[in-house]
Amino acid sequence: MANLLNLLISGLATGAIYALVAIGFTLLWQTSQTINFAQGEFVMMPAFFILAALHAGVPFWLSIIFGVLISLLLLGLVFKKALVDPMLKHGVLPIAIATMALSIGMKESVKEFFTAEAEPFPSLIPAGNVNIFGVEVSLQSIGVLVLAIVAVTALNLLLNRTSVGHQMQAAAQNPTVARIIGVPVERMILYTFLINAGLVALASVLITPIYLAKFSSGEVLGLAAFIAAIVGGFNQVRGAIVGGLLLGVIDNLGAAYISTQYRGAIPLFLLIVVILFRPQGLLGRAEERTV
Amino acid sequence: MRTLMIASALALGAALASQAFAADTIKLRDVAELSGGGATVGTNFKNGADLAVEEINAKGGILGHKIDLTHADTQSVPGIARAQVQKALDEKPYVLLGPGYSGSVKVVASLAAKAEIPEIIGGEAAELTQMGNPYLFRTSFGQQSTMPKVARYIHDDLKAKTVAVIWVNNDFGKGGRDTILKEFAKLGVKVVADQSTEAGQADFAADVAKMKEAKPDAAFIYLNEEESARILKEIKKQGLKLPLIGETTLVGQKVIDLAGDAAEGAMGHVGLTTDAPVPAIQKFRDAFKAKYNYVPDHNGIKGYLAIYVIKAVTEKMGKIDSKLFAKTLHGMTIKAADEPGILMDVTYDEHGDIDRQGFLVEVKNGKQVVKQILPKLGK
Repeated sequence: MANLLNLLISGLATGAIYALVAIGFTLLWQTSQTINFAQGEFVMMPAFFILAALHAGVPFWLSIIFGVLISLLLLGLVFKKALVDPMLKHGVLPIAIATMALSIGMKESVKEFFTAEAEPFPSLIPAGNVNIFGVEVSLQSIGVLVLAIVAVTALNLLLNRTSVGHQMQAAAQNPTVARIIGVPVERMILYTFLINAGLVALASVLITPIYLAKFSSGEVLGLAAFIAAIVGGFNQVRGAIVGGLLLGVIDNLGAAYISTQYRGAIPLFLLIVVILFRPQGLLGRAEERTV
Repeated sequence: MRTLMIASALALGAALASQAFAADTIKLRDVAELSGGGATVGTNFKNGADLAVEEINAKGGILGHKIDLTHADTQSVPGIARAQVQKALDEKPYVLLGPGYSGSVKVVASLAAKAEIPEIIGGEAAELTQMGNPYLFRTSFGQQSTMPKVARYIHDDLKAKTVAVIWVNNDFGKGGRDTILKEFAKLGVKVVADQSTEAGQADFAADVAKMKEAKPDAAFIYLNEEESARILKEIKKQGLKLPLIGETTLVGQKVIDLAGDAAEGAMGHVGLTTDAPVPAIQKFRDAFKAKYNYVPDHNGIKGYLAIYVIKAVTEKMGKIDSKLFAKTLHGMTIKAADEPGILMDVTYDEHGDIDRQGFLVEVKNGKQVVKQILPKLGK
């Protein structure tokens, strides 16, 4: 029983990180029909921005701020202006292929200019255990979970309770009408790119102490987040959250109670089942937009 | 006409002189990972070998012949290793050295065997010496020599009755797992968890939780360096306290750097380490450091040993003969008392595998500390 609780919590913690990355996927899709196949590498890069600052002798907290700012600039603004804007006019497929190329480019640059080996990464949350109802639970897992929940709640408040949030939703749901009623659609789209950059930077800070900083660590994450977004519903932020958490828990429980050899297959199996029986995703609605 | 005669006489003389020079030296060729992913492996091996050659040549060489050693780069790619080995063999060396990567050894070993030239390798995969190649010799332990020692330590010293075995699902991991499971069966140690993991796996929460549930007295962890670091961190995270034993890949400096204090207390069998409390190894370490200004890893020792093995065998034969070299080395014991450069007594078996003492190290304060010397199996 104690074990089950432990597995659940560490599954939820991993799932929360998948969810953060998956939310980015769905946001970009909703506002600009961008499927970002470099999303996994977007999680890998901030860790290296932070490490670069750390190696230059900057204190950890300042390095994190530096890493987040560089992420907002490069993975948000520059990504949109230099890659998405020129490619988007040609349709969804060219942009998907361009982001695939970007992911390869990012991995190779880290390998070339930083290191091909794994690097240790300091943790925000101290190691240790807390006692919950007589069960020892890892402080790190709980910390990751709490920080992710805070981030998602803040995002929800922004989207549903503020004027900017409403404008962003309007821009996503019907850009033409939004433009007519005076919503600066272009700027709203840029905001979603910046939010995505912020989310992946947060995911990076949370996951890298556990996974280690390595050029290839985005591959697993990108795929998991993509599956999470599809399982939950590609056009729903709350779908991405449910998909991410579900995937994290299923992966952990599957590895512990079914088979470690086939753990990689379990999320894909889930994906097939969802696509067969509920193609719009668990919480998604059938696509309304004509692209 | 006269100038032509003089010119040809000079050319002939030069040719004869170079031939005489060639006959006077012992030609060795090393094919190593000097760039690419294995650059540390090959560069250490090269530096160790160069140091030994320098020492031997300074004392007049082997049987009065100076050693002529050159190095070629595999770029850590098996295909390039094969081309470089072919090129080296075309020069008809006395003995071939390297490569260090088991994968590269696998593709080049047949070339050296066909040319009937002995090859002294750095690779450690169990299968290399099981291919029936009579010209292949190791400089370090294969898994079949390591695992019995580890199993014996877990049984005799840790007094563990039950053990968990966590291994990585590739040739290296599976080879180690199969070998140690047999040893545990012989000793009567019960394997309560036998868990495979994937190469490159990032998340070990479920694996550690499963291991926790099996409640073993000790855990044998046989993963590559990065995964070792991740599982050590996860074990610390889940608050699991039990003896953790592995191999070089669990207690190497890279793992310690990655895992931080989660690596504290991890133990492992290490075949060669410059921290060994053996005066000859300390002396080697100092000489190496004086020449290259850094402390070598075990690959540096391998390169150094390879040259001294050649010296010991050649001096025993009393002549330079590649074919006889291979026959002589099988079953031969080289004692450090007779040949100090061999650092520790070593015995070669009929497969080219070695038997030598090993070391059990423990990670303490971010460093390997030798806890115990594990004796030769044949004793």
